[in-house]
Amino acid sequence: MKTSMNKLFRQVFLGLTLVASTQIAIAQDSEAVARGKAKFDHSCAPCHGKGAGDDGREMLPGTYSLKIKYGDTMPAALEDRTDLTSEVISVFVRMGAWSMPPFRKTELSDKEIDDIAAYLAVSSRK
Amino acid sequence: MAILPPGVSQQQFDTAIDRLKSVVGEEWVFTSDADIHAYRDHFSYIKDQPNELIPCAAVGPDSVEQVQAIVRIANEFRIPLYSISTGKNFAYGGPSPNVRGSLTVDLKRMDRVLEVDDKRNFALVEPGVSYIDLYNYIQERGLKVWVDTPDPGWGSPIGNALDHGIGYTLGPYRDHFSAHCGMEVVLPDGEILRTGMGAMPASDSWQEYKHGFGPDPAGLFGQGNFGIVTKMGFRLMPQPEHWRNGLVTVPRRQDFIAMVDTVNYLTDLGMIGEPWYSGGLQALMSNTEFAEAANAFNEEEMDRQALAAGLPSWRVELQFYGSEGTTLANWEYAKELMTRNIPGVQFTDGESLPVPLTDEQIQKSSTSYESVMRRNITQGRPGLGIWYMTGRTDFDPNAWNETHIGLFSLVGRSGEAVFKAQRDFADISRRLEMPGFFPNALAVPVNWYQNSFLMGNGFGAAKGNSPQQKKDATKLLRRLLEENAKLGYGDYRAPPILQDDVADQYSFNNNILRRFNEKLKNAIDPNGIISPGRAGIWPEAYADLRGALRED
Repeated sequence: MKTSMNKLFRQVFLGLTLVASTQIAIAQDSEAVARGKAKFDHSCAPCHGKGAGDDGREMLPGTYSLKIKYGDTMPAALEDRTDLTSEVISVFVRMGAWSMPPFRKTELSDKEIDDIAAYLAVSSRK
Repeated sequence: MAILPPGVSQQQFDTAIDRLKSVVGEEWVFTSDADIHAYRDHFSYIKDQPNELIPCAAVGPDSVEQVQAIVRIANEFRIPLYSISTGKNFAYGGPSPNVRGSLTVDLKRMDRVLEVDDKRNFALVEPGVSYIDLYNYIQERGLKVWVDTPDPGWGSPIGNALDHGIGYTLGPYRDHFSAHCGMEVVLPDGEILRTGMGAMPASDSWQEYKHGFGPDPAGLFGQGNFGIVTKMGFRLMPQPEHWRNGLVTVPRRQDFIAMVDTVNYLTDLGMIGEPWYSGGLQALMSNTEFAEAANAFNEEEMDRQALAAGLPSWRVELQFYGSEGTTLANWEYAKELMTRNIPGVQFTDGESLPVPLTDEQIQKSSTSYESVMRRNITQGRPGLGIWYMTGRTDFDPNAWNETHIGLFSLVGRSGEAVFKAQRDFADISRRLEMPGFFPNALAVPVNWYQNSFLMGNGFGAAKGNSPQQKKDATKLLRRLLEENAKLGYGDYRAPPILQDDVADQYSFNNNILRRFNEKLKNAIDPNGIISPGRAGIWPEAYADLRGALRED
């Protein structure tokens, strides 16, 4: 009896721990997503956002540049992409690409790039 | 690929780096090639060349005290410093230093908006604050002041003002250095100086009276190398209640003279914001006969063809800030003056909008005429929309503007001076066989600085993006600057590769201005560690590097 109670207790405990861990992970993820959105809005969206460009232009410059590059094979807006991992973003941010200059760690830390990746991983679902 | 500061051994450098890490923390000292990559000029004309202006390392302080400590370490090890705020001074060198192997002091982490007062209309900020940051700060708090932003707006008020950058609203705010009011500077020996009323510890007027008492050294820190600015105050334009624009067109080429005189009058009475001049005859350039006339400055023929086509020779778009009533009254007064001064002048009402404009109103003009005003910057809204000018285009999807550079010469603020400059620039371009952008009788000035005109020239010097083509373009630009200066046209700003050349042209009395600055430099900065070579000011310690970038 005692053994089966212990087994049940262990199972419940493990279950609760798993639920708690998952909840913490989700909370952490949602915090990362929120931080990533804020940083994206600040540092990326002025060029890569979905909004209209200046002077009646259809798109902002970075978004339009990617539209020219990818045509219909890939979304032009980064927030519509599903393939932008932290590693991929880091390459473009740290190296620069075409007319986008590289960004320094004082502007955008590696942790902040991770947060942006967390945001971009879910932004296309909206 | 480690680049050492000039005259510094590896061992000394390593020791200095350790000392810097102890000041700012290991995380904020950058020495790897990967990290340093972002401190290079993305648009450099000497990219990947042996003389490219790459720092030895970068250090990111978070406080004035850390900046002081960095300056003292640099003095001890004789390491030249180059400070950047947001590092976005593209077209003028970006974050790259004047001396290869300098230690970049990256002030981005000092990004605090210290104060914004929308009753007394000023801000006090640190160097890492961008125009976008300051705008967001103001918006989030519902404050009723504007920033006068350059275009694009990712740069910092401090960095832009210190390089004599400009904006697009009312005259007193467009000259960003003149609109500053009070600064804090870490001097080359590590001491802290405050200018203006900041020199009086108990004063409440630091951002309201910039002269203080006695000589004001603030000008030394603009395009200078006499210290590292760690705080700076700016006068801010109060948010107006209303904005209005309208178009003025004149029929004949010579009408431009009276047009400019009238606009100057309105400008200097504070009745209009930045006027946007444009030519009315570009559409005729596809007509060979007209193009020949414009290139030959055949005014009679140009006027004849303009008349036949029903097109105006010149346009100026005016804008007004104030209330609905005052903007209307000023527009009506502008019409009255123009009518009095210019036979045949015509007007088209633009938009009349309460401020703040909506996003839709900012993104797209709904004037009945083709507006050339970039709406966001006339409304003090910083952004990156203009960066399309550097990127790939539908016309050429496989290229970008790798040779993005800013070259603008000061021209007298009159129609006569503009006409002379058009001919001079066309003549110089012809003699130097400039490969692109050929100035002609349609070239117009910009009135960014309220009291002067600037005209672009030298764009299109680069024929391609190969290292040799960039080298050829640089040589051509050096010759262009020389030829311009012979006729009195000086540039107001330049990237490091051309700063010696521009400084050379300010040559009155055997370059006394530069000699005076260098005397001061040697006295204030005996080791020459603060941005040696900036604006052509070379301290004795690095004097052998003067003009070194001219050697191939």
